[in-house]
Amino acid sequence: MNILETIERRQIDRLTADKAIPDFSPGDTVRVALRVVEGARERIQNYEGVCIARKNRGINSSFTVRKLSYGEGVEQVFPLYSPRIAGIEVVRRGAVRRAKLYYLRGRTGKAARIPEKRDDRARKPRA
Amino acid sequence: MRTGMIARKVGMSRIFTDDGGHIPVTVLRARDNRVVGQRTTERDGYVALQIGARPAKVKHLNRADRGRFAKAGVEPVRKVAEFRVSDDAVLPVGVRISVEHFVAGQKVDVTGTSKGRGFAGSMKRHNFSGMRASHGVSVSHRAHGSTGNSQDPGRVWKGKKMAGHMGDRRVTVQNLEVVATDAENGLILVRGGIPGAKEGWVLVSDAVKADVPDGLPFPAALVEENRPSESSAVEAPSERGEDGRDATP
Repeated sequence: MNILETIERRQIDRLTADKAIPDFSPGDTVRVALRVVEGARERIQNYEGVCIARKNRGINSSFTVRKLSYGEGVEQVFPLYSPRIAGIEVVRRGAVRRAKLYYLRGRTGKAARIPEKRDDRARKPRA
Repeated sequence: MRTGMIARKVGMSRIFTDDGGHIPVTVLRARDNRVVGQRTTERDGYVALQIGARPAKVKHLNRADRGRFAKAGVEPVRKVAEFRVSDDAVLPVGVRISVEHFVAGQKVDVTGTSKGRGFAGSMKRHNFSGMRASHGVSVSHRAHGSTGNSQDPGRVWKGKKMAGHMGDRRVTVQNLEVVATDAENGLILVRGGIPGAKEGWVLVSDAVKADVPDGLPFPAALVEENRPSESSAVEAPSERGEDGRDATP
């Protein structure tokens, strides 16, 4: 590892020490728990939507979550290791064949559906 | 006025803070900084320290450098720079300076050589707006416009901004904050960007225009010889260029 990787790895270890980042990929519906500071009070705000992109760049890794808010499409890019993210929860696994789901931007409703990923391997031994 | 240090730019990264923000940082590697010479008022008319970095093999030196380092009685180095210091901050020849010389929170000035852009046009070099894409403009969309008046003065003023060589100049960025130092690996983390390419040499010194914080090591933070952490470097042993590339300064 070079110097930068060492620095970033040390920091990632520190940031992920008290929270686990689940394995998720584009197409999955995720619920991101955000720490929101209002005055002196801190509370958790959830942001739930479809992860449409992930960027893997060490400490600079991020992911994009798209959702519909009052009929309007909203996208938010979160730094994966941000301390502002209290936790990430995978709500649903989606079966997609693209790494970046930007095609969802032009679609709503039925056209923007993503089929659920079925884990067929788990069922095979029983059959 | 304290001495500065010679470092190499490693690259940029970011540091997440506990309150949720993040700081963009440039990582500088400053190892094996040592005093290789002194400038005194009596002999040279000014007071400065010559700092050397990156140990060199004798076979890579010319005879002038061999003689110079032999006379000073120091290990030869590849890179040498001078830092003006006040009379009370002069260090003896041969001592090594640690990155703990700089303290997190203090401001520094960093001097580097900017990336060379070659012969650049006026749009890139001086942010000229160029000419229009249409409305009859022919061939000269990225050209500058007029360069001056007509018969009076009948010439182009000196210093007129035109196309020419851009970059590869000595550039100093002032008042950058030191975010952290890592004495074990000889790293300085400075907030913000720094001129030059990765692996370029930079000079780091106390900010001229900022107040000096209390508690700075004066005249300098020295590396204690035979300190165990110098040889062990447990955390990042691979940074010494295991692929044969000489990554040591």
